[in-house]
Amino acid sequence: MTTKLSSAPLAVKSLLMCMLLMSSLCGCEREKRQYRTDPPVAAALDEVAPMPNGIAGAPPDAYVAAGEPYKSNAYDLSQGKQLYSEFNCSGCHAEGGGASGPAFLNGWWRYGPQAVSVFVSIRDGRPRGMPAFKSRLTTEQIWQLAGYVQTIGAYSAKTSAPGRNDAMQSRPSENRSPAKSSYASDQWPYSAAQ
Amino acid sequence: MNDTTQQTVSDLELGPTELAEQLAHTWRTPRTLWGTLTTVDHKIIGRRYIATAFVFLALGGVLALLMRLQLARADNRFLTPDRYDQIFTMHGVNMMFLFAVPVMEAMAVYLVPLMVGTRNIAFPRLNAYSYWLYLAGGLMLWISFVLDMAPDVGWFAYVPLSGPQFGAGKRSDIWAQMITFTEVAALAVAVEIVVTVFKQRAPGMTLERIPVFVWSMLVTSFLVLLSMPAIMVASTSLILDRLIGTHFFNPAEGGDVLLWQHLFWFFGHPEVYIIFLPAVGMVSSIIPTFVGRPIFGYLAVVLALITTGLLAFGLWVHHMFVVGLPRIGESFFTASSMAIAIPAGVQIFCWLATLWDGRPVYKTPLLFVIAFLITFVIGGLTGVMVASVPLDTQVHDTYFVVAHFHYVLIGGSVFPLLGAVYYWFPKIVGRHMSERLGRWVVGLLFVGFNLTFFPMHILGLAGMPRRVYTYQAEMHWGGMNLFVSVSAVLLALGFLLFFVDALRSIRRGPPAGHNPWRASTLEWATSSPPPNYNFTRIPVVTSAEPLWQDPEVLPVSSGLRVDRRELLVTSLTEAKPQARESSPRNSIWPFLAALATTVMLITSIFSPWAVLWGSIPLLAALIGWFWPKGTPEDEG
Amino acid sequence: MALLRRAIALSVCFTCPGCAGWQSALDPHGQQARGLEGLIWTFIWVAAAVWISVMAVLVVALSRKSGRGAGNERRMRVTVGGAVAGTAAIVLALTIISFLSTRLVSSEASHPLEIRVRGYQWWWEVTYLDARAERVFTTANEIHIPVNRPVRLQLSAADVIHSFWAPNLAGKQDLIPGRENSLTFSAQQPGTYRAQCAEFCGVQHAHMALLVVAETPDAFEHWRQSQLSPAASPTNPEQAEGRKVFTSKPCASCHTIQGTSASASIGPDLTHLASRSYIAAGLLQNTRGSLAAWIADPQTIKPGNNMPNVPLTANELRAVSAYLAALK
Repeated sequence: MTTKLSSAPLAVKSLLMCMLLMSSLCGCEREKRQYRTDPPVAAALDEVAPMPNGIAGAPPDAYVAAGEPYKSNAYDLSQGKQLYSEFNCSGCHAEGGGASGPAFLNGWWRYGPQAVSVFVSIRDGRPRGMPAFKSRLTTEQIWQLAGYVQTIGAYSAKTSAPGRNDAMQSRPSENRSPAKSSYASDQWPYSAAQ
Repeated sequence: MNDTTQQTVSDLELGPTELAEQLAHTWRTPRTLWGTLTTVDHKIIGRRYIATAFVFLALGGVLALLMRLQLARADNRFLTPDRYDQIFTMHGVNMMFLFAVPVMEAMAVYLVPLMVGTRNIAFPRLNAYSYWLYLAGGLMLWISFVLDMAPDVGWFAYVPLSGPQFGAGKRSDIWAQMITFTEVAALAVAVEIVVTVFKQRAPGMTLERIPVFVWSMLVTSFLVLLSMPAIMVASTSLILDRLIGTHFFNPAEGGDVLLWQHLFWFFGHPEVYIIFLPAVGMVSSIIPTFVGRPIFGYLAVVLALITTGLLAFGLWVHHMFVVGLPRIGESFFTASSMAIAIPAGVQIFCWLATLWDGRPVYKTPLLFVIAFLITFVIGGLTGVMVASVPLDTQVHDTYFVVAHFHYVLIGGSVFPLLGAVYYWFPKIVGRHMSERLGRWVVGLLFVGFNLTFFPMHILGLAGMPRRVYTYQAEMHWGGMNLFVSVSAVLLALGFLLFFVDALRSIRRGPPAGHNPWRASTLEWATSSPPPNYNFTRIPVVTSAEPLWQDPEVLPVSSGLRVDRRELLVTSLTEAKPQARESSPRNSIWPFLAALATTVMLITSIFSPWAVLWGSIPLLAALIGWFWPKGTPEDEG
Repeated sequence: MALLRRAIALSVCFTCPGCAGWQSALDPHGQQARGLEGLIWTFIWVAAAVWISVMAVLVVALSRKSGRGAGNERRMRVTVGGAVAGTAAIVLALTIISFLSTRLVSSEASHPLEIRVRGYQWWWEVTYLDARAERVFTTANEIHIPVNRPVRLQLSAADVIHSFWAPNLAGKQDLIPGRENSLTFSAQQPGTYRAQCAEFCGVQHAHMALLVVAETPDAFEHWRQSQLSPAASPTNPEQAEGRKVFTSKPCASCHTIQGTSASASIGPDLTHLASRSYIAAGLLQNTRGSLAAWIADPQTIKPGNNMPNVPLTANELRAVSAYLAALK
């Protein structure tokens, strides 16, 4: 004669409950959606310390303290993707294949692959045609865009990278592994030597 | 040859006590952890399924209370919009996929083999697998909610909102994969029910002697089999779009946004009948028992069930009346959506006739049925309203529709379900639930439900759309929303009381005999709760109300073995005995296969390679499952 | 009968906003909505009558003493058969009424006013079309229409599915990416009517409203002319400073103000912002104070929307809100 709740499954259920409660404490950083950054933090995110040649450097303390969110947070990456299309980055960079501006898909970064370099490129511009977006985007938006641009040329697929656009297909989606492998660096007008 | 049983030991030679002992031994499930993981007894699995589904009901109810708390006031900031969106999605997904369909299937898993007079459900190991998969899918979804990454796109997850560009992160992937878990589980149970009803009925149970609940579960199972593939295609296409960049729903590359809606609703409309038809089967079981006469118009009721099932596939576009489809096409679906009111009406009138001609005994199950009749008719009538294309252009996606579907789901399915729980609890547990508390439950639920959901009709006509996390004070919806939120507390109290009653009665309810309600169907012919072998001898049926034909004597058949698990296979229409079929022993393989499937499905959310690598353990588990074991049952 | 109806309506309206309201299907001010309101009430009365009859039968069934006679079964069969036939007849009648109603509310109009409405997350882009290119203009979140003239909205979506619903005027129609839908309606009285997005479109679906202002043809022409003109120039130093802030900060990289260097179309067109009654898609009344609050911290007011928190000093905020509040 068995009853409805035998003791063994009850123990299993309570163990599950404990595990659930514990995991709720750590959350999941990749999936978090933070819509609003406190203004002091947002201002602090601007305080990068690039090297004199503008390549690499120290990221802002606030950025490090937050756990370098813009590279791996799914919401920020998808916002970066939206900014990429809204601000006409494809006008010079195409969908990562490069046109008058360098390509991202070949995985070669003229100013280094670090997030700080990409951030500084977008914020302050670069010689030979990259405009400065300092007065056209907020600091957080520039970080979101930088994080997204890095996924285009990533060496391995990122789980939180966005998928394909709801648009005509121009390259493999960012979450395919890896985007970089589809293009070789000698296919494009600007090679590593320049 | 290692056949240790040299002699065939059948039940012909045994007296009743010895027979019961031998059968109990052959069909036993040890009360250990191993027994829990390996059992293939449909009653144990059915109880587990029912209990899990009710846990999900309670969780979904908490979500509803959170929503009502947020909406009680204009411009409220109790929940952030993101959390609210996750909550209303979870509420819908949980209630539809983790509660409503599984609980109906679970009641069938428990009751159908008993009602048709067999020892176990068909494909018992598949049954066990189905439960573990269902549990895994439910856990995956709820863990994602706890981690603040639950799907937030509504329970029907329209693209492009749930697509790769606008659905950031893994939220919609979790939704899509949860669909896979629950739909495979549901398909498995549907297959088992169809085979059980077609091939394992007691001798003499011809088609017109099949209980109406069994008919309703048969029709429901066909609905499951034919509609669930549509949503599996849809959810799989969504995962493919999101994970590997296919273009099923991308208009720029030849895909179509509306493809999603057609695929989803082709499943989605039969889905609500999957939830509703078992409930009407329950009503058709409860009414005859409590008025003391057989159901009026058995043939009409069964044909109405089948017609409803068939028509259910021809209605799906009524969820898409405002997407800009050609008017002639839409009008066809108005006609078919209104037409389904006719078989529903047939059933209602037959029930009314049964009540008219019988002598009602006002126990809790019948009270729930009365609450169902009052409430469901309102829901059905607002359904006729939304079936009209022009009317729907005003009320689609407003609180009017929210009111309508809660009337038909809660009034039309949950009330009969709760009545069925009160009705069959004595059989399942061996104890009665409290009649006194039961009346309070009915009262609180009926009043609380109507006070909560009726005003939503008015809110919808007043312009309040669905799925809004807040509204502005100048809309003047605040008063009515507050009223609804307060009434929802009453509804919640009713459910709380129900859970209290059920949990208390498991240990302390008054003991029940084998047929306390003096009902007519076969499950009441065995003890309460039934022994693990269901019936000492398989009954033989000579009428549609076997236990009323002769209350003292029930003819039985004999000749099944007692040293092996055996049941009787009979023919499709006449239920003439055809063969003795062996039934599988307890096995760990369903659990392991479910574990392998779970790992494969969850990891494939993150990488498509998981489908390849994850199928290897699954293959191993399936090989273990089907490998001939050299047990006597293998000889068939 | 009218008294009874009014009494019911009154008691229902006591806690209910439904019967009169600027976003109510039961308060029609347009030709289509009027037809639909009649249909709604017809269905409600039929449904109420059916429900009351079924409940009456239920009550009698439960309270009568049973009497099982031989003729009983046959009599019940006839009654049930009659009830089913009655159901079929009612259903058929309602279906036919629906068809006729559809034909009535969707008769093709000649020379409608053509307006293109494009849904974005979470605002409405409105473009008034015209055969002459110089008379085409774009605005956002507010539509003005002349009374008694059919208006045809060309509905498209820029991102996800939205739905345009102005219940006082007409039924709703979805805006679907990759599809061109249309909705034709006409207002019969001048007034201000609220429309709201009626298809879940993301985190701020709740705050995606639009105002439809129906006015006399003269008032409409006057409005249209003012919309065609470029933005008002600053009339004092604070507004001039505001324009400078606007064009030098990220504002100009998303918004258009005709006549200045700001000409982006990521966010709503602000050329005649001050001529609108609401900002942020029907969320806040359009005053200088709410403008400033919105610009200062849009993510607190409408979390998750696509306007970022642009850091401005207090002076900059004052200046830019002065400038925008003057853009009539």
